Amino acid sequence: MISSMNWEVVIGLEIHAQLACESKIFSNAPTAYGAEPNTQANIVDLAMPGVLPVLNERAVELAVRFGLAVGAEIGQTSVFARKNYFYPDSPKAYQISQFELPIVGKGEITIEVDGQHKNIGITRAHLEEDAGKSLHEDFHGLTGIDLNRAGTPLLEIVSEPDMRSAAEAIAYAKAIHELVQFLEIGDGNMQEGSFRVDVNVSLRKPGALFGTRTELKNINSFKFIEKALAYEIDRHIEILESGGEIVQETRLYDPDRDETRSMRSKEEANDYRYFPDPDLLPVVVSDEQLAAIKASLPELPGQMRVRFEQDYGLSAYDAQLLTAAAVNARYFEALVAELGAQQAKLAANWMNGELAKALNKAELTLEQSPISGDALAGLLVRIVDNTVSGKLAKQVFEAMWAGEGSADQIIEAKGLKQITDTGAIEKIVDEVLAANAKQVEAYKAGQEKLFGFFVGQVMKLSKGQANPAQVNDLLQQKLKN
Amino acid sequence: MNMMSLTELNQALQTKQISSVELTEFFLARIAQHDSQLNSFITVTAEQALDVAKAADARIARGDAPNLCGIPMAHKDIFCTDGVLTSCGSKMLVNFTAPYDAHIVSQFKALDMPMLGKTNMDEFAMGSSNESSYFGAVKNPWALDAVPGGSSGGSAAAVAAGLVPFATGSDTGGSIRQPASFCGISGLKPTYGLASRFGMVAYASSLDQAGPMAQSAEDLALTLDVMHSFDYRDSTSLDQPKPNYMAALSQPLAGLRIGVPASYFGDGLDAEVKQVIEAAVAEYEKMGAQCVAVELPNQAHAVAAYYILAPAEASSNLSRFDGVRYGHRCGDPKDLADLYERSRAEGFGIEVQKRIMLGTYALSAGYYDAYYLKAQKVRRLIQQDFLTAFEQCDVIMGPVAPTPAFKLGEKTDDPLSMYLADLYTIPVNLAGLPAMSIPAGLVQGLPVGLHLVGPYFSEAKLLNIAHQFQLHTDWHRQVSPLAQGAAL
Repeated sequence: MISSMNWEVVIGLEIHAQLACESKIFSNAPTAYGAEPNTQANIVDLAMPGVLPVLNERAVELAVRFGLAVGAEIGQTSVFARKNYFYPDSPKAYQISQFELPIVGKGEITIEVDGQHKNIGITRAHLEEDAGKSLHEDFHGLTGIDLNRAGTPLLEIVSEPDMRSAAEAIAYAKAIHELVQFLEIGDGNMQEGSFRVDVNVSLRKPGALFGTRTELKNINSFKFIEKALAYEIDRHIEILESGGEIVQETRLYDPDRDETRSMRSKEEANDYRYFPDPDLLPVVVSDEQLAAIKASLPELPGQMRVRFEQDYGLSAYDAQLLTAAAVNARYFEALVAELGAQQAKLAANWMNGELAKALNKAELTLEQSPISGDALAGLLVRIVDNTVSGKLAKQVFEAMWAGEGSADQIIEAKGLKQITDTGAIEKIVDEVLAANAKQVEAYKAGQEKLFGFFVGQVMKLSKGQANPAQVNDLLQQKLKN
Repeated sequence: MNMMSLTELNQALQTKQISSVELTEFFLARIAQHDSQLNSFITVTAEQALDVAKAADARIARGDAPNLCGIPMAHKDIFCTDGVLTSCGSKMLVNFTAPYDAHIVSQFKALDMPMLGKTNMDEFAMGSSNESSYFGAVKNPWALDAVPGGSSGGSAAAVAAGLVPFATGSDTGGSIRQPASFCGISGLKPTYGLASRFGMVAYASSLDQAGPMAQSAEDLALTLDVMHSFDYRDSTSLDQPKPNYMAALSQPLAGLRIGVPASYFGDGLDAEVKQVIEAAVAEYEKMGAQCVAVELPNQAHAVAAYYILAPAEASSNLSRFDGVRYGHRCGDPKDLADLYERSRAEGFGIEVQKRIMLGTYALSAGYYDAYYLKAQKVRRLIQQDFLTAFEQCDVIMGPVAPTPAFKLGEKTDDPLSMYLADLYTIPVNLAGLPAMSIPAGLVQGLPVGLHLVGPYFSEAKLLNIAHQFQLHTDWHRQVSPLAQGAAL
C-alpha cells in the first residue's frame, strides 16, 4: 500500500448531458434512442454536400435553464464554432460546438459530503452536437458507422478543479445529475449515454501549483468514477513517488479490468483549429426570453429540501432522500397532495422505509416500482382513517407488491380491517384478563411491565386487528379496578 | 432565336408561337453542335429537360403558367440537383448523384423551366479561369484560345454562345462577375443572404452567394425575382421584402451619384480596359448622372485577407469529402489514415489542395490570431470603407477585371497574378454587397465588363442603373462569333 499522506488530489469534471429535445440540434431528424442504424439521420446529419445547420431553439432554452439554476451568467450573445478533426463517425469532419463565447458562463453548485457543504465552481457550459457511433462487430473486420446519434444536442458542463476527493467528485456528479433531471432538461440516463462523465485528475503537494493532469474517459456510472479515480490516483502516486513525471494524456477506463489505459497523449492530440461557424449566426438571448425562462424554472432540489423541512417538519435526512432525484420528489409530493400536509411525515416514512427497502431488494428504481404513488396513497389513507393498523399495513403493502390488488381490495379480502368497536375490543380484553388471572395479580402488586404482555395477548387474540390505542385505554381502565 | 430576351421568349411561349418542347430541342441541338468546342456543360439532361418542357406546354395550354414557365435554363454544377450528377467540377464528386434539390433549384423547378444540364466550373469554385475543372477547361466563345473566366465559366460561356438563355452561377470572390465580363454577358451577385445557400456546395460559406447570369439586366431582373427567396434551411438567409425588380428598371437616372474610386484606375489596369470603363461612366453622365470621387483606402488588403478567410473556411467545408460516405474513395485502403490521405490526394486537384493547406495553416494553433483574426479585422475595415463611400454616392463604378480574357494556360504557372487580378471583385464579397457586371465595350475583340457595386439590398437600383445603360448602348447585344448567325 502506497502512502498518500502527502498528496492533495485535484479533480475537475466535464459532463456531457444530452438535452431533452425531440429533434437534433442542427437538423429535424428525431433523437429517439435505440432505432435501427442510420434510420434517424437525414441529409444534414449525413453531411451531404451543400447542406446547412439550423439551430434547434429548444436546445438554447434548456441550456439557459441550466445556467440560471447554477447562478451563472448567461452569454446573451454566444457563438458556435467548428472543432475540426477527422473521424468516420464525425460526418462533417468537424463538430459544431462553442468555444470562445459559450451560452453559460461561470456558476456554482453546492455539494454535501459527510455533512459538510462545499461550493464547486462551474467554469462554463456550452451547446454542442454529439458524434455518431463506430461499430466494430459484425462487419467481418470492417467498421460500420451508425449516424443516428450524430447531431444529438448536448450540454457540456465544465467544472473548476475544485474537488479534492473521489467522494466530492461523485457528490458533484450526482448534484449535476439531480439538477439536470429536476430542470427536465435531460433524462440523465447513464446506460444510454445521455449523461457522460469525463474526469480530470492531478496530484500536488498542498499549496503547490497544480500538477500535470490526466483525463479519464468512458465512465458510465457513479461507481466507476470512484473506481477509475482510485486506480488513477494510485498510479499517479506511484509514478510521482518513484521520481517520475505524469504524462498529460487522455486515458480510457476499462471497467472489466478495472484499470485506465492511455488513449492519446498531448503530443498526439488534434489541433482542432476552432473558428466561428460561418453557417450559423451568433445566438442572441433577449432580456424577455431570459425573464420568461427564469419565470418557468421549477423549484430546485436545495429549495425543495428547505421547504420539506420547514413546511412538513421532515428531518434533514428524510428531505435529502426525497429530493435525491426528481422522480422521488414527484412521488412524494403526489402522496402529500393525496393525504394532506399533516401526513407528510407518514408519507416520508413509508417512502424511505418500506418502499425503499422493497425496491432495493428487488433492484428496481422508483420508476419501475410495482406500487404506484396513487396505490401507496390508497394504503396510507387507510392507516390515517384507522381502517388498518400500521403493523397490518405492512402486510397489505407486501400483498400489493405481489400484485394482489389495491389496498382496499386486499384489506377486504384478507379481513384485515381494524376493530374499532369498543364493545368488541372490551370482550376480547375481558377474555384475556380472565384467562390470565395470575398475571393480573402480579400487575396489581406492582409488576407494571406486564402491561405489554396483556396488550400482546389482546392483539394476538384479535389477529392484530384491534385498534392499539383503544386496547391500551381499555386495559388501563380495567387493570386500575 | 437564341438571342431573344427572356421577356420575348416568355411572350412567344404564352402566345403559343413556339412550344417549350421546340425551344428545348433548339437549345439542346445548339449544345450538341457547339459544346464539344466550348466544354461548357459537364452534364446534359436532355430527356429530363424534354419531360419538363412537355409539362410546361401543358401548363401553358391550361393557361395557368407563371412567368418563365417553359424557358430552358442551366445550373452551375455547384447546385445539388436531385437524381443528377453534382460534381462541383471535381474528381472527388465524379460519382455523386445528389439526393436532393438545392433551394434555388426547386425555385426554378416550380416554374417548370426545363434544365438543360449542369455547367462546368473551376473545381469547387476555386479559380478565375475555369482551368481547374476536373472535366477540362472551358473555352471562351469569343476566342477559343482564351479562358471564359471563373469559377462560373461554364454558365458564362453557355449563355454567351447562345446555348442557353439563362444560367445560375455562384460568386465567392468574383465568380459570377468576372466570367460575365470575360464572356460579354450580364451577371449579378446579390447581397449576401438574399439567395439561399441550401444545396449549394460550400466553398467559403461567409462569402458564397448564388446569382443569375444572362443576356441583359432585364433578364437578370426576371430571374432574380425567382432566386430572391427566404429559406429557413439557411440560417444566413434574410427575410427581406422583395421589390418589384421589373418595375424598377424604368426609373430615370437623373441625379444619380456615381462613386468613382481613383484606386480603381491605377497601376495594373489595362489602358484599353480603362478607356472602356471611362467611356461607360461618361455615358452615364450624359444620362444625367454625376461623378463623385470616393476613397476605399483598405481595398489594397482585400486579396490578402480573402486568401486567408476563404481557404480557412474551405479547409473545414471540404473536410467532409473523406471517402467514407460518398465521393471518390481510393482503392484498397490499408487503414483509416490511408483511406483519408489517398482518397483526398486523388480526389482533389492541385488548386483545391493548395487552398486546403493554406486554410489549415491559417487556422492552426499559434497562427489563428495573426492570420484569421487579423483578416477578419481587415474585412470589417473594408466593409466600413464601403459604408462611408455610400454616404456620398448611390453606386460605385469601375472595372470588373484589369484585363479582358487572358489566354488558356497563360497564368497556370503564375497563380499569384491570377489571384491579384480579382482585386476589384473580392472586396465586394468581403463586405457582402450586391454587384453586377454588364458589357461595356470590346478590347481587341474581347468583351469588357463594367462593375456596378451598390449598398445592401440595392439590387433593384443596380438593375435599374444597368438597364438604363443597356437602353442607351448595344454592348450587351454584341454576340460572340459562336452565337452569330444562329438566330432563327
